[in-house]
Amino acid sequence: MSDNKTVVVDVDRSVYDIKDIETEEEFYREKEGFTRDIVEKLSEEKDDPKWMRDLRFRSLELFEKQKNTTWGPDVSDLDLNRISSYVRHKSEMKTDWEDVPEDIKNTFERLGIPEAERKSLAGVGAQYDSELVYHNLKDEVARAGVVYTDMEAAVKGEYADLVEQYFMKVIPPTDHKYAALHGAVWSGGSFVYVPKGVKVEVPLQSYFRLNAAGAGQFEHTLIIVDEGADLHFIEGCSAPKYNVANLHAGAVELVVKKNARLRYSTIENWSKNMYNLNTKRAIVEENGRMEWVSGSFGSHTSYLYPMTILKGDNSQMEYTGITFAGKGQNLDTGAKVVHQGKNTKSVISTKSISKDGGIGTYRSSVVIAASAKNAKASISCDSLMLDSISRSDTVPAMDIRTNDADVGHEAKIGRISDDAIFYLMSRGLSEEDARAMIVSGFANPVSKELPLEYAVEMNNLIKLEMSGNM
Amino acid sequence: MSEQSLLQVKDLSSKINDTEILHGINLEIRKGETHVLMGPNGAGKSTLGYTLMGNPNYEVTGGKIFFEGEDITDISTDKRAKAGMFLSFQNPLEVPGISLGSFIRNAFHEQTGVPVKLLKFKKDLASSMDILTMDHGYADRDLNVGFSGGEKKKAEILQMLMLNPKLAILDETDSGLDVDAVRTVSKGIEEFQKKEDGALLIITHSTKILEALHVDYTHVLVNGTIVKTGGAELVDEINENGFEQFLQ
Repeated sequence: MSDNKTVVVDVDRSVYDIKDIETEEEFYREKEGFTRDIVEKLSEEKDDPKWMRDLRFRSLELFEKQKNTTWGPDVSDLDLNRISSYVRHKSEMKTDWEDVPEDIKNTFERLGIPEAERKSLAGVGAQYDSELVYHNLKDEVARAGVVYTDMEAAVKGEYADLVEQYFMKVIPPTDHKYAALHGAVWSGGSFVYVPKGVKVEVPLQSYFRLNAAGAGQFEHTLIIVDEGADLHFIEGCSAPKYNVANLHAGAVELVVKKNARLRYSTIENWSKNMYNLNTKRAIVEENGRMEWVSGSFGSHTSYLYPMTILKGDNSQMEYTGITFAGKGQNLDTGAKVVHQGKNTKSVISTKSISKDGGIGTYRSSVVIAASAKNAKASISCDSLMLDSISRSDTVPAMDIRTNDADVGHEAKIGRISDDAIFYLMSRGLSEEDARAMIVSGFANPVSKELPLEYAVEMNNLIKLEMSGNM
Repeated sequence: MSEQSLLQVKDLSSKINDTEILHGINLEIRKGETHVLMGPNGAGKSTLGYTLMGNPNYEVTGGKIFFEGEDITDISTDKRAKAGMFLSFQNPLEVPGISLGSFIRNAFHEQTGVPVKLLKFKKDLASSMDILTMDHGYADRDLNVGFSGGEKKKAEILQMLMLNPKLAILDETDSGLDVDAVRTVSKGIEEFQKKEDGALLIITHSTKILEALHVDYTHVLVNGTIVKTGGAELVDEINENGFEQFLQ
């Protein structure tokens, strides 16, 4: 039976798992490790302005000084001397899909990216290893003044001042060891600027694919939604499985101005050799609204707690997340929020599923500063354990400095009942389908927040994870 | 075995945990027949329903179950459902995140193997809900979640009407229902009897639900054994005198 299950998993994962051989003729690959020389070379290659070059070296120093955290999953097996900081195809970034190199194009086509662009997206960025290979924005969106470009171009382009104002300011390199590493070797990622009052009706999407073995991906995303503007941004990630560790230490910095709204959706399906040490943070100004939708399925180890700083009065945030920890996975996920403005409001609701010995930890931090009069925060986290060898933990921290805050917290941990399985089977569903149905139902409050194709993808991922259950 | 035989139960014994509940049950149900299984509390009525449907908590310790001539004693619950068996639960389970409507559609697809024609399905669902005086809004609500006792039972009968089994076992479908709800559910069962020529095993300890239904056979179960089998008149007799006469 176990043979059978391996076959199912292999077949179904195939779309994510196809490894394209990266030859030396086609690909440039930096040697492993993170040294001054390597940062020097990278900075030169990117032709950084002085402030960026300084930021890289300051970050590298901070990285060298800081230690790994001890409160979360163990990352001592991650040997940074075996991680290449930079891998890229030797061709330039394209704005016409036809010009993208064949092998890379095939990978993204298998993942359905160009099709999604045609059908339901206003713009697409596709990153392969360390660099964007494709970036395109629909004309009507571009005419409205929306900027969507690769990060390297943004650093030097028309919006360079704006970039300098925010880059690694929302997430300073002092934040933690991997934020510092990111500051030193970041490469790729997207810059989005939505001008005042512009409402982008259809989502923009960036897709990050790490194809190289033993490499790191350090893409930087900076999104500024100006006053009264509105944007939905989608981020997708995947990688084929290797026997060596890969590292993802990206940074996502989001700025939501007065009366603006930003929705940031992620489906993360890194392969199970990935250390996902990613940092995401949003600053929300007066009456602005930040919405996070986050699905974490892949990776070997994850530390991921998107953070929102509710700076302006009446600003709001809503975080909806799901984490699925299977065999060999230790996923430490959750959210952070800091209430600074008056009448600020936050809602965190998460679902966590663990099976086959996987560990899913919900970790959150809610801070209500003394200035945040009349703040409201509500947290609910549900966990579902699919067997007795899996683990689910809940670590909610709260720091409340006002006496009029309205804070609610609700946590539930459960298992699938045999009676429910029997009930569904009595209607003709196989045991596997019955379990999958209960798990999909459990995940439904999250999947219904996702755009349709992603909800479908998420349900497929759940089915795929569940098929190894029998 | 007659050609029309649907369910044949031979010397069936079963246990839960380490307690044997059923001791050598014999029962035959032919196509289109309605059987009533009555008996006092704790007689093993629900155990029989669960054992017939293959609940893994109940272990068959002796005897065989045949459905349309096939030995189904050891096959899984979903295969029994696909063969044409249905169990209406006494306490239907709540399943968050899946709507009643899409659950039925899913089960229908699972059982028939052909894609469901959406428009026709919706029409059929609506007309079945009308028979049961169910608000159509229930189709979009999560399966049994927050349903009242009566709505849960109606939802079970709705599933029966939509899935159209060859044999439906109704486990205490009338328990906990008010007079009007019993009448409504009974109407649904009647519809199943006449429209689909479906066979029924109605497990009950009251007789209200049977008033408007045609009954072919009545069985009395006491202490895990069928102590008496008769026609519809046995229902009236029990109605008047209770189960006392069958207790030793």
